[in-house]
Amino acid sequence: MVDLRATDPIATEARDESSALALLRRLPQSRVGMIGILLILSWVVLALLAPWVGLPSPNAQDYAAIPRPQPSAVHWLGVDQLGRDELSRLIWGARTVLTVAPIAVIAAYIAGCTLGLLAGYYGGWTDAVISRFSDVILSFPVIVLYVILIANIGPSRFNIVVAVVLASGPGIARIVRGLVLELKEQDFVAAAQLRRETSAYIMIVELLPNCRGPLITDFCLRLGYTTITIGILGFLGLGLPPPDPDWGGMVQQGTAMITVWPHMALLPCLAIVSLVLGFNLLADGLRELFLND
Amino acid sequence: MVPLVILHFILKRLAALILTLLAASFLVFAVTEFAPGDVARKTLGPYALQDQVDILYRRLHLNDPLPVRYVRWLGVLLGVIEDPLQDPTLKLDFTDPRGKRYFGNFGYSTLYKLPVNDVIWDRLGNTALLAGLAFALIVPLSLIAGILAGMREGSRLDRTISVFGIVCTSVPEFASGVFFTAIFVVGLGWLPGTSPLNHNAGWSIAAQLVLPVIVLVLYDSGYVARMVRSSMVDVMNRPFIRTAILKGLSRREVILRHAVRNAMIAPFTVILLQINFLISGVVVTEMVFAYPGFGRMLLEASLFGDIALIEAATLIALIIAVSTQLLSDVGYMLLNPQIRL
Repeated sequence: MVDLRATDPIATEARDESSALALLRRLPQSRVGMIGILLILSWVVLALLAPWVGLPSPNAQDYAAIPRPQPSAVHWLGVDQLGRDELSRLIWGARTVLTVAPIAVIAAYIAGCTLGLLAGYYGGWTDAVISRFSDVILSFPVIVLYVILIANIGPSRFNIVVAVVLASGPGIARIVRGLVLELKEQDFVAAAQLRRETSAYIMIVELLPNCRGPLITDFCLRLGYTTITIGILGFLGLGLPPPDPDWGGMVQQGTAMITVWPHMALLPCLAIVSLVLGFNLLADGLRELFLND
Repeated sequence: MVPLVILHFILKRLAALILTLLAASFLVFAVTEFAPGDVARKTLGPYALQDQVDILYRRLHLNDPLPVRYVRWLGVLLGVIEDPLQDPTLKLDFTDPRGKRYFGNFGYSTLYKLPVNDVIWDRLGNTALLAGLAFALIVPLSLIAGILAGMREGSRLDRTISVFGIVCTSVPEFASGVFFTAIFVVGLGWLPGTSPLNHNAGWSIAAQLVLPVIVLVLYDSGYVARMVRSSMVDVMNRPFIRTAILKGLSRREVILRHAVRNAMIAPFTVILLQINFLISGVVVTEMVFAYPGFGRMLLEASLFGDIALIEAATLIALIIAVSTQLLSDVGYMLLNPQIRL
């Protein structure tokens, strides 16, 4: 637990790089983690290739296909109720979720880490204000918070990021605060204080890198939750405005047709589940690796 | 001595609860400011003339600053002042049988054109039925799965249960709702696809409850089982378990008499915290199955911008969440005398 090597900032950086690399290199040890990363990577690759693999436009309607929307030679996964190609919509939908979810979680992390570091390092009034605010946000059932926020500020990419920051930031702050409270009693912090380092330097260079273990796992889990949340918002009709493909919105429109053409709802559900499963399996694999440290 | 400490703790937490409720309700009040339309327009509907809306707007003093309107709403809730919408001179014909001024007056729902107290409690009862049934299944299932997985860390059984748990927590309620509907409703025709809880559908209430309950149970059990498991693994690695094994107790006895009892302390908290998680899940599940509950009402209210109903629903959800948290902390203290928060 006591990590004296972290006293030297240069050594800290070097160690960070090596351990992040070492972690990636050791990931194949965890079968669960490998399956997770494969699931995620396959969606990432599909999303990156979307404009170049000759898919029909995700919003182009093939009226001739509407009476027979099942999978066919032309539309490999069939079409939706408006005759739009399902495969194309799924892959273009992946682009949406794979940009919005990471950006939202990173933004929540920037806010949460800042608040957590301030609360844990300074204590006193700073801590009291930040912790009470976090308590209020965390006592909401998450979805209630999201529904009230998005229904009022309106659904858009930016507003979904704002909602995720507001809803997840306090939880991250609480974790970071707890870790900092433990770390700041240690010698390397005292050494930095003796060197007259600024508080900002101590928080960012000395404390934050030492929190990374639990945070990396939490980051993956939060990516999964956020993917689910974006799906739920879309399903509730609070997702991204049509016509651009959004997995949750596709499920919502598909459920209306479920008794006739179940594939319209099942396919986007499978897409969401596979991506979330990827994040959760990766998180579990990483957690295992950290435990073996 | 001990009960006094706990009493002090409970009082302190109740004070914190009231502060949380005040802060949260103000937050919700402020957030609804962003939505278009105001109480006057929503009360009179889209076909009212702008002049009429303007008159009501002035009569209700809606141009007052936000804190003033918040305090007025709070006054109505606490029974200090009369609900302005019930003023007979407004000719809105809004009357609450409970009277114009009473404690717990959540005001008038502009969506349903009924007093909030007439709308909310039936819905809450329906949701309590759904959540209660789910909870009654989640607890034993996840306890058994968690104990079986955690008693031998790394065994095949452990890995199977753990991976199954991850899979369960990766399938959000709306997705499992779609999967089960496709199988049991569309494919096999065994169960109804919607659960409006009336008898007209030709399906019994029990049949209508099956799918919503299963959807909730699957998603939440995976999570709780993993908590129970990690707590069980922790306990199994402690010295007193080794002592128990070395003194010659059978494995069965060690697990039942020593490990399980000690491993239950941490999950106890987690299980009660599930209520909050459950409320989130219930909102989605109710939408999937058109279930006439609290969550669906909250969503409808939010989409319409029915501030009185949103505030009432938020406060009730928060009271449930925070008081179960308190209950879990008190239970934790009683179960584990070493801990004094």
